[in-house]
Amino acid sequence: MNNPGEKIPLVHVRNISKHFGEGETRVDALRDVSLKVHPGEVIALLGPSGSGKTTLLNVIGCILEPSSGWISLDGEVVYDGRWLRSDLRKLRLEKVGFIFQFHNLLPFLSSSDNVAVVLSLAGFSAAESKKRAVELLDYLEVGHRKDAMPANLSGGEAQRVAIARALANRPRIILADEPTAALDSQRAGIVMDLLRKVAIEQEAAILAVTHDEKIFDRFDHIFQLRDGCLEAQSMDMDIDRDGIRTRKANKPSA
Amino acid sequence: MNLAYRDIRHNLGRFLLTCFGLSLLLGVVLSMIGIYRGLVEDALTLVRTPAVDVWVVESGTRGPFAEASRIPGDTREAIARLQGVSAAGSVTYQTIEAPHAGRKLRLYVVGFEPGRPGGPDRIATGRSIGRSHYEMVADRRSGLLLGDRLELGRDTFTVVGLTDGQVSSGGDPIIYITLLDSQELQFELAPPAARREIARGTGSGNTDTINAVVARVSANASAESIAEAARRWKHLSTMTQAGQETILTRSVVERARKQIGLFTTLLLIVSAVIIALILYTMTMDKLREIATLKLIGASDRTIIGLILQQALAMGVIGFGFGALLITTIKDYFPRRVLLLPEDGLALGAAVILVCILSSALGVRLALKVDPATALGG
Ligand SMILES: Nc1ncnc2c1ncn2[C@@H]1O[C@H](COP(=O)(O)OP(=O)(O)OP(=O)(O)O)[C@@H](O)[C@H]1O
Ligand SMILES: [Mg+2]
Repeated sequence: MNNPGEKIPLVHVRNISKHFGEGETRVDALRDVSLKVHPGEVIALLGPSGSGKTTLLNVIGCILEPSSGWISLDGEVVYDGRWLRSDLRKLRLEKVGFIFQFHNLLPFLSSSDNVAVVLSLAGFSAAESKKRAVELLDYLEVGHRKDAMPANLSGGEAQRVAIARALANRPRIILADEPTAALDSQRAGIVMDLLRKVAIEQEAAILAVTHDEKIFDRFDHIFQLRDGCLEAQSMDMDIDRDGIRTRKANKPSA
Repeated sequence: MNLAYRDIRHNLGRFLLTCFGLSLLLGVVLSMIGIYRGLVEDALTLVRTPAVDVWVVESGTRGPFAEASRIPGDTREAIARLQGVSAAGSVTYQTIEAPHAGRKLRLYVVGFEPGRPGGPDRIATGRSIGRSHYEMVADRRSGLLLGDRLELGRDTFTVVGLTDGQVSSGGDPIIYITLLDSQELQFELAPPAARREIARGTGSGNTDTINAVVARVSANASAESIAEAARRWKHLSTMTQAGQETILTRSVVERARKQIGLFTTLLLIVSAVIIALILYTMTMDKLREIATLKLIGASDRTIIGLILQQALAMGVIGFGFGALLITTIKDYFPRRVLLLPEDGLALGAAVILVCILSSALGVRLALKVDPATALGG
């Protein structure tokens, strides 16, 4: 299915559909969506409210079971009409980092512990988890707030801590639902540059829902969702990578 | 990183308040159990204090506590002569009210023959009765002090000794006086008509009546054989110490015992339900955090650990504090509260069990929660 010589995509979904409810109340949130994201790519997911962006991220992150389709993450087929792994949480811990519009930090842990908890769940020692957590916070310029509780953080600070948490385990797939919505445009730019850096350094794939036109130029591709359908030109998987760009991005030379 | 501890520390005030409420509840449960034990224990002190083997009372009665019993004063000599009896003593029992320091004291008066069975087993302070008249040994619960003088009938008695924890089955503090004084008191307090008859020497009355004879049996004889021998007197009936104890717990305090027992059971059930509700809502309040934990890859074990550890912490702290509380204040209860270590252990174990079972409810809820709920805005 892949062209010879092409890199194996980190995220590969085919013909995914997802509907909620039945009959009168049936909502088709995703209709026959297919897409590939390769290592190092930063993808924007656009679309009006209710078009299925969050649903798509949830399906890719193995939080939500699709109604039909096929999903492969990092070369491993995880869905094929049913989940092929029983430990989806471990799968997430290993491969996926989430960044939410609402930061969802654990209110009873300090900033650094919110990041460290992911590492200790992954089996790192307490000292090592803490050390790496503080490094990440410094990297995201919130190191000075490492001992603050989430309730005392500003929206932007909380979001950067949440991003640090998503990055903590060096996941190769980062799913972000409006990650910069709570940030000013300067911070949003910093965050996007940072995600790009992660994508390049860690060979990661980044899929971010955004409405923020100011940061469009920081994405490699922009996919458009409308009523659960990916826009035709973005959906065609067999077209050359450059061909599926809806807009030429001024990608930094990497 | 212990998530249970971190979460508790974050909401410390609320957690401690809940623990405090729980400890009050468990304190009440413990004191109810203690009251139940105390009631039975109190009922038995009166029978156990003389440390005897046989009780001789009026025939056809189950006296002297469950029913009234009156027998002639010379019964003691007859019983003492029986083969195998090592010691015997006459005793009287009556409840009186006497004015003291501006209020009425309700007392249970035991008349006994000093030097013979029937008196107090241990004097806490002071001495035993030494003179044949107007001295008394009182229980501390009466509020009387050494040297206090108390008017009983026409005579004034002096407190020469104090006992600890001697109360009747109704909870009235016991005082001990000599048999002669108590017979005098019984005569003075009898209805005037009966008194006149007794004074004239006519009628059924006689000043030399007692309520029971208590006897100790020598090592080579048995209580049953003495009881058998005493059957030849048709106006007496005899029972063993064990028989008397059964009568007290089974008849005298039976209703109170059942009442308190039932109430204690209800309280236990109510506490279990309350603990379950507290723990369930505790988990409900945390569902969003639990969903987030699942989302970032926490295993079921981590989540079960979080819920279970908090439940156990609450149970242990609540119970510990409740037990401490009740041990501190138990002596201020008007009646005896008897806390047995085994009762405490049993309740503690029950609380732990309830905590585990009710956190199972919370765990079920938590394991079902969809990680996607963490995403909802
Ligand atoms: N759990 C659910 N049950 C029923 N319908 C749902 C559920 N989740 C989403 N939907 C519906 O699916 C459709 C797509 O929802 P989704 O959340 O993916 O939209 P979105 O593109 O993320 O919108 P927004 O920009 O407002 O976040 C909507 O019509 C929504 O009402
Ligand atoms: Mg959305």
